[in-house]
Amino acid sequence: MVSEADPVTDSDSTARSVFIWVSEGTWRAAVDAALSHAPPDASFTLLHVTDDAGPDAAHGAYRGMFGRVGHDPGARLDALATAQAADLLEAAARRLGRPCDRLSMHGNTERAVVTASASAGLLVIARDGDQSRPGPHSLGRAGRFIVDHAICPVLVVWPGPPPRDTPGGPRTPGKPDRKRHSL
Amino acid sequence: MLNAAAGETISLIALLALLAWAVTRPRGWPEAVAAVPAAAVLVAARAIPVSAAVAEARRLGPVIGFLAAILVLARLCDDDGLFRACGGWMARTSAGRPRRLLAQVFVTAAVTTAVLSLDATVVLLTPVVFATAAKLDVRSRPHVYACTHLANSASLLLPVSNLTNLLAFAATGLAFGHFAALMALPWLAVIGVEYAVFSRFFASDLSTGPAGAAPDTADGPGLPRFTLVVVALTLAGFVVASAAGVSPAWAALAGAAVLAARALKGRRITPLGVLGAADVPFLAFVLGLGIVVEAVVSNGLGSALAPLLPTGTSVPALLAIAGLSAALANVCNNLPAVLVLLPLAAPSGAGAVLAVLLGVNIGPNLTYTGSLATLLWRRTLHRHGSAADLAEFTRLGLLTVPAGLIIAVLALWLALHGIGG
Repeated sequence: MVSEADPVTDSDSTARSVFIWVSEGTWRAAVDAALSHAPPDASFTLLHVTDDAGPDAAHGAYRGMFGRVGHDPGARLDALATAQAADLLEAAARRLGRPCDRLSMHGNTERAVVTASASAGLLVIARDGDQSRPGPHSLGRAGRFIVDHAICPVLVVWPGPPPRDTPGGPRTPGKPDRKRHSL
Repeated sequence: MLNAAAGETISLIALLALLAWAVTRPRGWPEAVAAVPAAAVLVAARAIPVSAAVAEARRLGPVIGFLAAILVLARLCDDDGLFRACGGWMARTSAGRPRRLLAQVFVTAAVTTAVLSLDATVVLLTPVVFATAAKLDVRSRPHVYACTHLANSASLLLPVSNLTNLLAFAATGLAFGHFAALMALPWLAVIGVEYAVFSRFFASDLSTGPAGAAPDTADGPGLPRFTLVVVALTLAGFVVASAAGVSPAWAALAGAAVLAARALKGRRITPLGVLGAADVPFLAFVLGLGIVVEAVVSNGLGSALAPLLPTGTSVPALLAIAGLSAALANVCNNLPAVLVLLPLAAPSGAGAVLAVLLGVNIGPNLTYTGSLATLLWRRTLHRHGSAADLAEFTRLGLLTVPAGLIIAVLALWLALHGIGG
């Protein structure tokens, strides 16, 4: 795993440390929820994990075509992925509009998020699964793992307007559903 | 001439060394560095008669020329912005919805693979698809996987879609248009299977799109019309030339020459750049591999494998041929696999040769790249991947390949009976 900034480790600031999982398509809701639920003196860390499966697949597919020379798309996808991670973190930082650390990681997404946020006071994530109806499938593989394994308290929000037929659920688009998990 | 046993032993050692080289790539040197000397050693040791080696080189000559022309054509299409324009089109029409983007990627990757070969999809289209997904703020994994899968499974349609097809084209005895007509139904069928599996397998990734307005994608580049017209005329040239008994390689050469002349005139590429696009070491590798495999087959492997390959074009026979081809493509790699199986399948007619192609083109998706796959994956994992990704890719292969093979074989059987082989 490669980190571009160290996570907050100072024990005094642990309670104020808010980690935000920045993920494709869902990061806006996570940033908004962090802003409305974090304590006023919170210190923010934006956390993005690059999915290396795409670059690896392209690299492997190229290597599987025996004999070709010098046109491996894996390196190009790596560069694109690095730029994308930086762009996402930049966009998230702009939306947050508060001083923040940026953490850019590689590897298994869910494990990276759980490990990096272990000492946080709060981890904010957006649902990464099926958004069409409430229920367990609204969490994807990474989200499910994070909710099940996170050491710190976790705030889970819908990335967009929650499904309308939510019995007793939140009605306001982008508002967190106040589901807190802690171990 | 060595006796057959000694000849077979030395030929097999040469082939295995070549495959080992391809997987480990010592010092990053290309496979040609091993393939050409391996072929030379076999000729010098009389494991293959000089006349047989020359005959194989003559057989491969037009194939290699054809391949070079297609590689150059695809590269110049990329230089002219064709794939960037495809990316713009996908971004605009998908409106930021991952499911719609997946459908666009399927269409683009299937057509690119069919017309400009799997190399174009893997090398030129995949980065554009990745960048498009990033721009739309959707997860790239399903879309990139779709490119790598379709580079193999959507390479059934035309003789130019895959080097395996080019190698087999002459053995089918079919004209270009006839080949395409017979493979159209299997091509569509296997793409359908892939799409059905992908949309379920990646349901979670595909249901998470950016909330709110779609990203601004209005500023995409337009389609390079001249380039598209040249590609269309080249395609028509394949069919017309082949029907007139002229090698369709000439049409490919003409198309590549037109685009190259235009790019050279506009100083967008140098003559050396054109040569680089043709990937000369790759062409040398194909020649070397062809001679090595010919030595292996003629010294005994051919007669040893012959009883394993069913004859005829009944559904069970076609299924067995495609299955065996897919297995061999996974054990070694689809290039040696098709070279070994072609002479065995050819006597049963075009249907059997096309069944071999179904196996060696669809099969590689089963164990990632169909090439001593786990070893390759370990190399890949050393980059930065995780074992979870390997498991996921293998599961995807298990879901798509057997189903795709069976349905494609049934479609081929229907086409053979409907159109006639």
